[in-house]
Amino acid sequence: MPNTPSIEVLLFGTLKDVAHANHVVVVLPTDMSTLSLEALRGLITQQHPALARYLPHVRIAVNCEYSSGDEQVKPGDEVALIPPVAGG
Amino acid sequence: MVTITQETLSFEHLHELVQNVQRDSAGAVVTFHGTVRNSSQGHAIEYLEYEAYRPMAENELQKIINEADERFSAQCAAMHRVGRIQVGETSVLIAVSSAHRAQAFDACRFVMDSIKHTVPIWKKEVAVDGVWWVEDPLSKSS
Repeated sequence: MPNTPSIEVLLFGTLKDVAHANHVVVVLPTDMSTLSLEALRGLITQQHPALARYLPHVRIAVNCEYSSGDEQVKPGDEVALIPPVAGG
Repeated sequence: MVTITQETLSFEHLHELVQNVQRDSAGAVVTFHGTVRNSSQGHAIEYLEYEAYRPMAENELQKIINEADERFSAQCAAMHRVGRIQVGETSVLIAVSSAHRAQAFDACRFVMDSIKHTVPIWKKEVAVDGVWWVEDPLSKSS
């Protein structure tokens, strides 16, 4: 059986507490090898509903850079949800 | 120079930062310590728990340092501690040198203000009457 394509999404701060995990796995539809960030948000909402209400408030980082919004992500990318930061 | 560390930040770390930015062409060195306060919005704080997305935090902190160096003709360096930090302990250290004091003060403020906006670090306040993430978008207190 071929591996199901998936993306591991890193969680921090309040999101880690909500999910009780430091990452979640988002499974891609088998016909999809890359997806937009909007599509990724949609899949997170479907597959990890506990995170859904936070999504409007989080930024997405792809490979350790804040996304500009129009990137495509694919399995193997390092994807993270960035809730509002509070360093200092 | 940027560092994200679990270590207790001490005067040795400050000394290291100052040495890193010191130049013979500098006429001013400004340093800043961010320390954990014993109260927050009326709550008595026991300690703070900091978390970083470390590789990205180092990238973002380096970008801030680079921008400050350029904008203010300064040399900047910063360290941020993560993990449990007790009241009175230091969470962040910044050192800046520049030819003149005005740029050094301005650059130091810029670095600290920028850290709060873009560096992926989060803090949880552990108070005597509760525990919450600062800037939690869905918390009633923010």
